[in-house]
Amino acid sequence: MEMKFPIYLDNNATTPMDPRVLEAMLPYFVEKFGNAASRNHSFGWEAEEAVDYAREQVAKLINADPKEIIFTSGATEADNLAIKGVFEMYASKGNHIITCTTEHKAVLDTCKHIEKQGGQVTYLEVAADGLINLEELEAAITDKTILISIMYGNNEIGVVQPMREISKIARKHGILLFTDATQAVGKIPVDVNADGIDLMAFSGHKMYGPKGVGALYVRRKNPRVKVTSQMDGGGHERGMRSGTLNVPNIVGLGKACELCMNEMESEAIRLSAMRDRLETSLLELEEAYVNGNREHRLPHTANISFKYVEGEGLMMGFNKNIALSSGSACTSASLEPSYVLKALGLGDDLAHSSLRFGLGRFTTDEQIDFTIDAIKTTVLKLREMSPLWEMYKEGIDLNAIEWAHH
Amino acid sequence: MAYSEKVIDHYSNPKNVGTLDKAKTNVGTGLVGAPECGDVMRLQIEVDQESGLISDAKFKTFGCGSAIASSSLATEWLKGKSIDQALTIDNMDIVEELNLPPVKIHCSVLAEDAIKAAINDYRVKNGLPEFVLEKKAH
Repeated sequence: MEMKFPIYLDNNATTPMDPRVLEAMLPYFVEKFGNAASRNHSFGWEAEEAVDYAREQVAKLINADPKEIIFTSGATEADNLAIKGVFEMYASKGNHIITCTTEHKAVLDTCKHIEKQGGQVTYLEVAADGLINLEELEAAITDKTILISIMYGNNEIGVVQPMREISKIARKHGILLFTDATQAVGKIPVDVNADGIDLMAFSGHKMYGPKGVGALYVRRKNPRVKVTSQMDGGGHERGMRSGTLNVPNIVGLGKACELCMNEMESEAIRLSAMRDRLETSLLELEEAYVNGNREHRLPHTANISFKYVEGEGLMMGFNKNIALSSGSACTSASLEPSYVLKALGLGDDLAHSSLRFGLGRFTTDEQIDFTIDAIKTTVLKLREMSPLWEMYKEGIDLNAIEWAHH
Repeated sequence: MAYSEKVIDHYSNPKNVGTLDKAKTNVGTGLVGAPECGDVMRLQIEVDQESGLISDAKFKTFGCGSAIASSSLATEWLKGKSIDQALTIDNMDIVEELNLPPVKIHCSVLAEDAIKAAINDYRVKNGLPEFVLEKKAH
């Protein structure tokens, strides 16, 4: 089979939609267009039935009850609804939230918002491998703590946090546990009951479903959790999220969940084998380092720093053929490299030298072979051009140089 | 963001990558930028003492494609110029030539700084006073 270019290795940013998902969605645009809230005619019934079925498909993937699924516009909205919703609903119990520094901006910025509203937020640091320290977590709990918000799998480095241990601590202290599981759901087994999760956000477009749809899982018993709605209106989704249901997208999310349910296990094996092969080959280069814990990690993610070459310059060597992302942010106005990599304690230089690989359902072995070759060639070429590489090879300590910061 | 043809050309076929002997008195070396900022440029000039013209220029750059292209272009422009002529190279000339977008202007500023730093190094080595560098915003 001929290889298709460009090769897409940025599946942590978004995944292509599975054609089977599109097929499931298509009837719900023109033909079955009803409003799921229309109770008095067949158009409405048809739409409601489709939404109910999707709700079951979604619930099944995470071992939840369908009634515990609140459809949203995506994970960002679900993150906002969970954190702001709990903060408002449980205001009488306390105002303290614990999260960590490597969370997605949708969580971090929501927490900043909470702080402006008078809430207290503790941002736990992570270890060099990206994992939080459970003792620090427990020590951060106060009698005002109402929520722990720790992501399931990290979008940049793929590190998977110990959710079950975290939930044990949360349960022990009677605190709710919310997790942004956008990168984990559909990739690794996530079970809200076994994992002890009270609220969980995830999204369609990270698991081969459509963009613009996601869900918030809200536990209904042991304990019964409620969130204050952040959107007022018709009282949809058990009053927690008003707004006419986006039926085609919800059908797509349901189908995407069903496919993940059926294929996740074999896919994880296939992807981690390809990822490990990619990683092993690239680590044959001198001064190449994996960022984040390699054991507790999503199967499809690798983040590697190639010291003495800059990430964006590196990508330019192959971005006609390969799409991936870098921890460098040379294009942004701030010029700040990835805050996640910096949270691991990486110097800015290593953060600038990183590439993130996000493999996916449609990644092939041939594509990985091509990628390995292209990256190795480019790293070697750019090192020949790098003054830092030359200095390193001459044994000059780069930290001893007084750089002109600008 | 798409790169301009000229940036891609300099990146793919950089001109004058290399190292001159910095121990020589007629070689000036400028090392600017910082690894933490994601850009480091080293630009070197070799001056023909008789004619006073820059006979050779080399660079090595750690940075994005625009930084590599800016330094590659700078070395091309330097060759054959006198020191005084070299000092007139303005970062905006580089921006114009390479069609750099606003977020990449700092790459051209760095190249201009590297030229001036190399010239100053040459001047100091040869007992001449340093030029006072006008600091541009990066």
